[in-house]
Amino acid sequence: MTTTTVLSEKTPAHERRNPVAAFVRQREIPVAAALVALVLITFAINPLFLSPQSVKDLLLNATIMIILAVGQALVVITRNVDLSIGSIVGLVAFGTGSLFNIAPGMPIPLVFLIGIVFGGLLGAVNGLLVTLAKVPALVITLGTMYIYRGILSTWAGSKQYFSGDNPKEFGNLSVDTFFGFPIITIMAVVVVVVVAVILGFRRGGRDLYAIGSDPDAAKLFGIPTGRRVMAAFIACGALTGLAGILYASRYNSVGALTGSGLELDVVAAVVVGGVAIFGGSGTVVGAAIGAVLLSTITSSLTATRVDKFWQQAIVGVLILAAIVIDRVVSIRNTRKLRVKEARDV
Amino acid sequence: MSETLIDTSAAPKRGLPRWLRGNDAIIFAVLLVVILVSCISVKNFASTLTVGFLLIQIVPIILIAMPMALVIISGEIDLSVASTAGLTSAVMGVLWRDSGLDIGIVIVLCLLVGVAAGAFNGFLITTLGLPSLAVTIGTLALYRGLALVVIGDGKVSNFPTWLTDLSTAKIGATGIPVVMILVLVVIAFFGVLLHFTPFGRGLYALGFSKEAATFVGIRVGHAKFWLFVATGLVSSLVGVYWTLRFASAGPDNATGIELSVIAAVLLGGVSIFGGKGTIPGVVAGVLLIGTLTYALRLAKVPETTLTIVTGALLVISVVGPSLTGWIRERIRLARVRREVQRLSTSGHISA
Repeated sequence: MTTTTVLSEKTPAHERRNPVAAFVRQREIPVAAALVALVLITFAINPLFLSPQSVKDLLLNATIMIILAVGQALVVITRNVDLSIGSIVGLVAFGTGSLFNIAPGMPIPLVFLIGIVFGGLLGAVNGLLVTLAKVPALVITLGTMYIYRGILSTWAGSKQYFSGDNPKEFGNLSVDTFFGFPIITIMAVVVVVVVAVILGFRRGGRDLYAIGSDPDAAKLFGIPTGRRVMAAFIACGALTGLAGILYASRYNSVGALTGSGLELDVVAAVVVGGVAIFGGSGTVVGAAIGAVLLSTITSSLTATRVDKFWQQAIVGVLILAAIVIDRVVSIRNTRKLRVKEARDV
Repeated sequence: MSETLIDTSAAPKRGLPRWLRGNDAIIFAVLLVVILVSCISVKNFASTLTVGFLLIQIVPIILIAMPMALVIISGEIDLSVASTAGLTSAVMGVLWRDSGLDIGIVIVLCLLVGVAAGAFNGFLITTLGLPSLAVTIGTLALYRGLALVVIGDGKVSNFPTWLTDLSTAKIGATGIPVVMILVLVVIAFFGVLLHFTPFGRGLYALGFSKEAATFVGIRVGHAKFWLFVATGLVSSLVGVYWTLRFASAGPDNATGIELSVIAAVLLGGVSIFGGKGTIPGVVAGVLLIGTLTYALRLAKVPETTLTIVTGALLVISVVGPSLTGWIRERIRLARVRREVQRLSTSGHISA
């Protein structure tokens, strides 16, 4: 989407005439095609795979990953990365559990607000350290990953909150459906659409791409890079907070280990979804599809009775394939741009 | 006027010699302070038992930290090390259980697995020109997945006892584990390689600027490829050691140590941007984390606080230098400004 919009602004009319070709060349297409193929093949082998209940489970499993991938994509597009999200999910999920423990009658929207603000604050700490100290995000968020996890373990100890401890309506969020779609999945879709619009059409969103493709140029161009990167980290934290609340609603128990190891899965989903790891390109829609693809693989392997031990290896192959495709596409694009520029001169 | 300006900025720094002012010296000083304080205040810390436990604890981290330091100095990163160790462990278990080969041959084959895993990383990164961060996240999943495929969720534990005993044996009464000899050999190898060979010096150039390195005749792709092979080899060595030490080969051995290794390397003063860092610094970084963890554990500080300490150390170690740099720059600028003002006013008066 991004590459094509940018291109179409500059390309002369004779190159814009084939909208089908332009559509096919979008970055999300290979991932989406892989997802469709995966679902169809699994369905052909095991028709039960697309039964209403199974579809609902698929969507529910993907929901939290989608939201996390959207948040991570925002940060990755600015040529940063946030490895602390697994710990943030754990902190917010456990926080939600203890909030309901202290005040069982608390209105659910307020809980959501508190969780999102809490996540946003944790993200702001990352953002502050990255923008003020000018240290690579990989190192900072590796550090805060340990720190947040340590705080959570100290706070939680061996205590766990079970879904039975939460109010019924809260747990129902991830059970109830609206025209067959789970409510929390609809939330995730809304998140994807809102962030996609901001990223694609608002100035602040477009700036993130500029920062990611060349931070120095972006600064020279007058973009407040520090503020924008900060905003990306806060948004990522807030979305991760949202995912943490949904985690508490969806899963049976939350404790000190909740969400650990999630960070690399999410980065993997983002990369599979066509967001370049060094920033500047990719969309949240792609990241979301990447998240759905990775979480669907697990279910389809079970549905087709493939040895479950193959699952992780296949995820690895997918990530590598995504990076190779990305590389091939970008080499082709650069060549095309060079030819075009030469002709224009 | 310009003369004075140059003087203030580039005045020869008096005082401590260079090797005492560097980043390494700070880490070593902190390490010494930690050891001294622990000896005085933590009960049972000052004993040979400590030496043994502490050293055997850090063996996997310090081994992988050596090639990892070189990889990061050259401007790349390898996240697949723990998975490589896990894959090696799985292969070792299955070979020992099913093939009936001699344990020596099994270990050699395992090391070859590591070489192959590293070479695959190196191929993707250098030949195809893919970013190492993304590639090794992929192979992190792939190698761990292959470990599961190889051994399933089974465990193999009937390794020869003389070998498993050797992995925890101590040298006489010193409390120093025998395996430290191997560790010292690895440290010496990578230390000499990085600091005293043209190849190693070239890595700094490479990490600092790839283009410049190419122009001065460093074979960038070649160097990086072999670095990843070395990382794979050492990771598989750790996989073998891990298997023997816990007398258990399983798919989840060494899970998650990639981030501990990177934390230790960065704490040891290696710049994540590449081009900066030393082997003594990295050794001190690993020892610092190891000692602190051990001392706090001995002082009955809960495990959870340890995680916070590790994280805080990492953040401080990177924010600290940039903060002091910023303050130093501020002071310098203020002094220059004052100097200029004084000179210009006095100039006016004399004119």
